[in-house]
Amino acid sequence: MATAVADEAGKRQSPLSDAVVVRFAGDSGDGMQLTGGQFTLSSALAGNDFATFPDFPAEIRAPQGTLFGVSAFQINFGSSSIDTAGDAPDVLVAMNPAALKTNVGNLKIGGLIIADEGEFNDRNLAKAKYESNPLDDGSLAKWQLLKLNISQLTMDAVKPFGLGNKEALRCKNMWTLGLALWMFDRDRQPLIDWLNAKFAKAPELAAANVAALNAGHAYGETAELAGPLKQHHVDPAPVAPGLYRTLTGAEGIALGLVAGAQLAELPMFFGGYPITPASAILHHLSRLKEYDVTTFQAEDEIAAICSAIGASYGGSLGVTSSSGPGIALKGEAMGLAIMTELPLVIVNSQRGGPSTGLPTKTEQSDLYQAVYGRNGDAPMPVIAARSPGDAFECAIEACRIAVQYMTPVMLLTDGYIANAAEPWAVPDLTAYEAFPVEFLTEVPEGGFKPYSRDEKLARPWVKPGTPNLLHRIGGIEKEVDTGHLNYAPANHQAMTDLRKAKIDGIKVADQIVELGAEGGKLAVVGWGSTFGPIHQAVRRKRAEGVDVSHIHIRHIWPLPANLSALLKSYDKVIVPEMNTGQLKTVLRDQYLVDAKPVNKVSGQPFTIAEIESAIEEALG
Amino acid sequence: MNEMTTIARTTTLKDWETDQEVRWCPGCGDYAILKAVQRTLPDIGAVPENTVFVSGIGCSSRFPYYMESYGFHTIHGRAPAFATGLKLANPELDVWIVTGDGDGLSIGGNHTMHLIRRNLDCQIMLFNNEIYGLTKGQYSPTSRVGTTSPSTPYGSVDRPAQPAAFALGAGARFVARGFDVSKELPNVLKAAHAHKGAAFIEIFQNCIVYNKDVFEDFAAPKGAEDRQLWLKQGEPMLFAKGMKGIALDNQALTLKVVDVVDGDWQAAGVIVHDVTNRSVAHMLVEMRFGEFPMALGVLYDDPRPTFEADVWRQNKAASEGKTADLQSLLKKGQTWTVAEGGPEL
Repeated sequence: MATAVADEAGKRQSPLSDAVVVRFAGDSGDGMQLTGGQFTLSSALAGNDFATFPDFPAEIRAPQGTLFGVSAFQINFGSSSIDTAGDAPDVLVAMNPAALKTNVGNLKIGGLIIADEGEFNDRNLAKAKYESNPLDDGSLAKWQLLKLNISQLTMDAVKPFGLGNKEALRCKNMWTLGLALWMFDRDRQPLIDWLNAKFAKAPELAAANVAALNAGHAYGETAELAGPLKQHHVDPAPVAPGLYRTLTGAEGIALGLVAGAQLAELPMFFGGYPITPASAILHHLSRLKEYDVTTFQAEDEIAAICSAIGASYGGSLGVTSSSGPGIALKGEAMGLAIMTELPLVIVNSQRGGPSTGLPTKTEQSDLYQAVYGRNGDAPMPVIAARSPGDAFECAIEACRIAVQYMTPVMLLTDGYIANAAEPWAVPDLTAYEAFPVEFLTEVPEGGFKPYSRDEKLARPWVKPGTPNLLHRIGGIEKEVDTGHLNYAPANHQAMTDLRKAKIDGIKVADQIVELGAEGGKLAVVGWGSTFGPIHQAVRRKRAEGVDVSHIHIRHIWPLPANLSALLKSYDKVIVPEMNTGQLKTVLRDQYLVDAKPVNKVSGQPFTIAEIESAIEEALG
Repeated sequence: MNEMTTIARTTTLKDWETDQEVRWCPGCGDYAILKAVQRTLPDIGAVPENTVFVSGIGCSSRFPYYMESYGFHTIHGRAPAFATGLKLANPELDVWIVTGDGDGLSIGGNHTMHLIRRNLDCQIMLFNNEIYGLTKGQYSPTSRVGTTSPSTPYGSVDRPAQPAAFALGAGARFVARGFDVSKELPNVLKAAHAHKGAAFIEIFQNCIVYNKDVFEDFAAPKGAEDRQLWLKQGEPMLFAKGMKGIALDNQALTLKVVDVVDGDWQAAGVIVHDVTNRSVAHMLVEMRFGEFPMALGVLYDDPRPTFEADVWRQNKAASEGKTADLQSLLKKGQTWTVAEGGPEL
């Protein structure tokens, strides 16, 4: 469904730019034009990789806080080919309610609002003709909202320089710009140089402004704020009729998990531990208690997954979530869930690694960890979401596989999907097929065996508290059927084979071709959040008459049954990934296909041009 | 424990035995603890299907396989975390955690601490044998300084953890001590079970292969009177057949051993044990054996609301008046409708 929408939308889209447009809007008394004007005029910055656009009121000094007193300046980070004035901003910095009101309409759907909540007081709200505070009343739901008391944070930052209140507050824009520079990985040095030059005669003003700039930057870094990355995802411009809302990846996961638990007719237990960028899922779910959701902030990542397994053992749908480093800590417990054959969903919002790596940057480098990263032969299904909307579908799929096959399932997203927002056609839940869980409650014919298996090779799920079905489970090798401890060679072979056969036998949908034809000269095979740039690049090349197709894999493990034949129907296969070639390895191993890697590991998504070049290169 | 659905049902010790071959070394203290538990459960009216033994890894953690109840032999040190999820999923289960000094205080010390501070309603039996048995005899976090072992051939140099003091420091509302072959152990277990909340029981356990008789100095039947102080609620802290007692040194604000003359313990200033006195409990768990007898029995017992009850209460309160209509949740916030031909806000 998502694919169809993306296709339709894509055809009407102009080529996407690589730029991010940030608009700073505030009161004309905020000293913003001073800065904006200087930017524009400053030859020091000419030719640098950002351009500005001043947009100020006709009044020299309009009454403070009013709608007509709003002044703005817009910065275009990135390529110079963009028509700055005409482009809708990706980010709006609103220094007061009036600035928000007059500028928010132009902001791209799903764009980011950074608001100085210190200025959203009753007086300013009234001047801007707001009846309730838009930061709190949900009216900004189409966008992402970040509320910060920028006034206070700026005052704190410039305190050592002994400025008056008014002068100190004039550094607000520099603080905010510092934050934006962090979000978009921009160099501060040209601005610092410019500030020092501009305030050469007032060194304390220069120092205060630089301090504000640095403080804003440090705030972003410390709070691990991730910016909306360059808009390379396919904006599925909502052309299919229906009801739409914006959805972030974290919301998609949270809502999908709730839907999955409902379809399984189970209470959900979510054990989590704070980590960037996965925490947002815990935050969303902790507000959904009426949906039979229990959330538990554990003492560490290990306790988070162990508590989820304990809850699954007790008859809930256990879910845990983390990012790479936390997933590493959970590895041993995943093995136990595999051994005891209990359902569990593990969400990994991937970020740049190894180790702490790049907490706010996006990467797809945990695929090996997901597919192979446990001790012993420990097969586990792995699903990868391509977008926030797809995360909703994938979360439901993860729940289904977990309960139907009595297995842990890993769901991969990444920092880009987690933070990105996209317009989302609200699905009709009645269209989803329920998969209600049936617990074993009575001794079956022939006696109860905890490790007996159904046609899916799943063992029965028995809740403690059930009479006559007492049994013990654990991490030691189990005897076939009885589940008793058994170290015998033949038994271990049989159980290893059974665990593998169960996961290999999971029924997943056949792989479709997203764009192009089955068979041909070249297939571009992707997974996860690279969907946007791959799709656009393939579309452009096809428009030029190039024989290239796009395949995007959701089921990383087990892979779709038809994938082998599908890949072999192309002369060449390339695999763009934000890692050093992990899916490529899996495909080569599974199918002996000559899949060629296209890799980028910079913490930034692929650009369309990069994929286009890879296509050209592959076809020589 | 479980007050809501337990229908008192008569069980016998035999009902709690499994058909599994017990794999502890012959003569291991674990056998005695197993029997003590199997003897206690019928007395407290426990129901097998509502009873779950959750363990980590180590000799002690094999325990669940030998109990005819539900059981989960988990991973090293993490039993408290599994128990927490289980109990939050179903607060009506009667959960017993079985752990050891390595499992519960070394690799799993963090989880033990947090389970105790949260006050999850369960019994934590920490089998303390001051050694790693299953891995063949390395010194453990409770081993005394100078313990020679395969990993400390010249003797261990680090000071041991004190389990009961650790538990109390973590915020425990119930702390007790017993030892494997003690006839009093079932009574200690009963008290732990009767306590609503996390009940921490340190059970000294003799590892006859790697740390034989390390507790003999106080556990040996001969001279036990002089070396064991069995604490009883409302009774004076007397030992040595009533000839000695524990009193407060008012100057140093510490405990001291006093002689009791002619049975007049009051004159000697012997303290009457009040299980709810946290200050005295802190002194009892720190009481050094040798200078003092080993404090045994229920050292502290003062219940507080339990974690799972509070979580369920909050979940219920937060859900009140709300319907779980997911379809309307999906539509929550600002939405827009697209008609044929393009977006319309």
